[in-house]
Amino acid sequence: MAEALVKSDFIGKEEPAGVRPFTLLRRPTARTGLVAWLTTVDHKKIGVMYGFFAVVFFLLGGIEALIIRTQLIVPNNHFVSAHFYSELFTMHGTTMIFLAVMPLNAAFFNLLVPLQIGARDVAFPRLNAFSLWVFVAGAVILNAGWFLKAGAPAAGWFGYAPLTSRTFTPDISADLWTVGLQVLGVSSIVASLNFITTIINLRAPGMTMMRVPVFTWMALITSFLLILAMPSIAIALVEVIFDRHFGTNFFEVSNGGQPILWQHLFWIFGHPEVYILILPAMGYVSEILPTFSRKPLFGYPVIVFSGALIGFIGFGVWSHHMFTTGMGVVATSAFALATMAIAVPTGVKIFNWIGTIWGGHLRMRTPMLFALGFIWMFMIGGFSGIMHSAAPADSQQHNSYFVVAHFHYVLIGGSLFGLLAAIYYWFPKFFGRMVNEFWGKVSFWIIFVGFNATFFPMHFLGLNGMPRRTWTYDANMGWSTGNLVSSLGAYLLGLGILIYFLVLIWSRFKGARAGPDPWDARTLEWSIPSPPPEYNFAVTPTVHARDAWWYEKHHPEELAREHAAHAGDEAAHGGIHMPDQSWYPLFAAAGLLAAGLCFANYNLTGSLIGLGLLLVSVYLWALEGPGGYHLHPEEPADQAKHQAGPFSPFV
Amino acid sequence: MDAATATLEHHHDPSTATGIPNKKLLLWAFLASDCMFFGTLISSHLVYRQHPPPGNPIATQVFDIELTSFSTFILLMSSLMMALAVNAIQRGKVKSMRTSLLTTAGFGLIFLGCQAWEFWHFVYEKHLTITNCIFGSTFFTLTGTHGTHVAIGVLWLLSMYAYSFKKGFGERNAVDVESMGLYWHFVDIVWIVIFTAVYLLEYVYPVAH
Repeated sequence: MAEALVKSDFIGKEEPAGVRPFTLLRRPTARTGLVAWLTTVDHKKIGVMYGFFAVVFFLLGGIEALIIRTQLIVPNNHFVSAHFYSELFTMHGTTMIFLAVMPLNAAFFNLLVPLQIGARDVAFPRLNAFSLWVFVAGAVILNAGWFLKAGAPAAGWFGYAPLTSRTFTPDISADLWTVGLQVLGVSSIVASLNFITTIINLRAPGMTMMRVPVFTWMALITSFLLILAMPSIAIALVEVIFDRHFGTNFFEVSNGGQPILWQHLFWIFGHPEVYILILPAMGYVSEILPTFSRKPLFGYPVIVFSGALIGFIGFGVWSHHMFTTGMGVVATSAFALATMAIAVPTGVKIFNWIGTIWGGHLRMRTPMLFALGFIWMFMIGGFSGIMHSAAPADSQQHNSYFVVAHFHYVLIGGSLFGLLAAIYYWFPKFFGRMVNEFWGKVSFWIIFVGFNATFFPMHFLGLNGMPRRTWTYDANMGWSTGNLVSSLGAYLLGLGILIYFLVLIWSRFKGARAGPDPWDARTLEWSIPSPPPEYNFAVTPTVHARDAWWYEKHHPEELAREHAAHAGDEAAHGGIHMPDQSWYPLFAAAGLLAAGLCFANYNLTGSLIGLGLLLVSVYLWALEGPGGYHLHPEEPADQAKHQAGPFSPFV
Repeated sequence: MDAATATLEHHHDPSTATGIPNKKLLLWAFLASDCMFFGTLISSHLVYRQHPPPGNPIATQVFDIELTSFSTFILLMSSLMMALAVNAIQRGKVKSMRTSLLTTAGFGLIFLGCQAWEFWHFVYEKHLTITNCIFGSTFFTLTGTHGTHVAIGVLWLLSMYAYSFKKGFGERNAVDVESMGLYWHFVDIVWIVIFTAVYLLEYVYPVAH
């Protein structure tokens, strides 16, 4: 235990004396400026960058949505062309899922997981930087079409075969889509492998699995879903890519291919993906509700196991997206039953959250409002989801605006409300400033009203027969009022989101200074300064209870004695070991970007050169080794350098 | 340090919460993911196998089962050599490890050579290509993906061989060699599944054309 305690910060392997690793480029040491951000391996900086890129793409996807709603505001509208409309709904879906919600969750995995388990970084810091830059590469490839003659991908976010075949999409927009998603898949899998290792292996002493904060548990389950679900779409994409580039027959009907295979492979990924998007949000509210109810989370083990059960059953329900394809009675019944079953652990969680706020001393701060909004809105989305599980009902609702209403309630009312709650809740921790409460609440109410005005009418539009992805509609269909309300609601929602992010920017510079623990919270990230220093914990914490920081606040003498002893141990072992920065994750991702862009453009030479750059970077990465240096937080010199934290240029 | 404690050290890393080295845990998780990659490819092959379009070749008339059985045996033996390499480095015997690594890589290259010959033979003599029928598409994509895995493994083995001449390489690198071994054994096991599901199945349970 004593050895584990002093070494729990230890990342990588110490080189024996006298052996120097091979480094082609001198390892960067810049602490501020562009080089510091490009070469960083600090999980907090990487998290902030994930968040920044995700918000940019979130706003882009939002603009796409507003153009869609403008096109539909009146019947027979010709605001945009039909093909541009297809590009818009394709890129809106792809962007929101892969470039906004997933990376925003990745941002929080990065920011919070090491802090919540009492670690100083993730298990593989350079691999973490690689995930970030590969995500950026994939995002660039996906969006490159906007600037090219081919145009943006237009086959829908589901890319159903044979829409993506060369017969129906002869230009390279489909190639940008397949290659872009493939690259994003690499990023997701690599990041997930890193987080699985981190959560299982880098827990502080005493942090048993059943003391791990619920958010970190959900990050673990999400990571497992990602590494097991992503391969299915990766292979499906390989099959499309081979069909397009090398003339194979996977989805070529004239030669024995079957487009239905694409649907199965896509949804074997696509349904776990739904839980990949929602489980982290369940994690955020499971942290926020106890804090603002001033009670421990009700039924912690049940919430954790429900999350695991949702992840598990999530792999057995994919065909409920395909009830109308004629799979036969047995398959349809089995998938309908599994879909009904998955509502049980989800409902259990809802009851646990209600149990948490029941009888609590509720404080209605902005994050709490979003968290409560999450419970309500996510429930509505869940109810319409249960309606879909009945196959006969689903065959009426399939491909209609009812489905659009359903999944926006789950994804905005669920995932996004969870994320908006999380951003306001953890903002003080990472930027050292409180978010303005009045304007925060204003943004919540505008978002809440705008969201419901946009999507609630879609239930009725769908039941009245309005099909999804329709470019325009006739005035005599009876859909005009619903669409008008929905579009006006969308503008309101857009306004609310705009206010939300403007408040963040304002608070970043003008907000009241936040102490280490402004919400009187319960988990370990609140035990360290805001913003956190580079090394996170001056002394590796020892965990005695589930709400580790709450216990620490109520046993100050015991913990002070422990900290003093551990600080001595750590100093005796040479101080805090920190990993070195590196150029190679960035270079490797640049190689992948070049390879992806060239390959999508049918330029084999260029893609081989890109892969060559990737390979060379990987070798140099391996040869330079993890490196590292030691910090002594108790020494004034190191304090001055590092105490201000990773965001010191802004604070 | 006597041999008993030395062996124990390789199975327990005191710096992690579970005692499993980070690198090994990452690799195990990756292999779980890789299972799904191959699972999807093998499923695609088996699903399409059940629905042969007119003109799909009869697999047993294409395969050269003697050659594939030989290369399967070679790949199995390479796993034995890999295990010996891991055992050698865990006892600090770098020279012995080098011999075993080279043999493993050599066996891997023989397997790849057999596969290259097999592909050449199928394309130019049996007229089975990746484009001319669905069987060719699934077969070459699946076995080609596996071959790529073997090729990456060989590259890794040879890189480790070269790296072992670096000053300071020794018993403390055992986890690096062991992680590589996990990958190599996995690629080998996947081949056993492919050999059974793609090759042997055609002889035992042919599809009605």
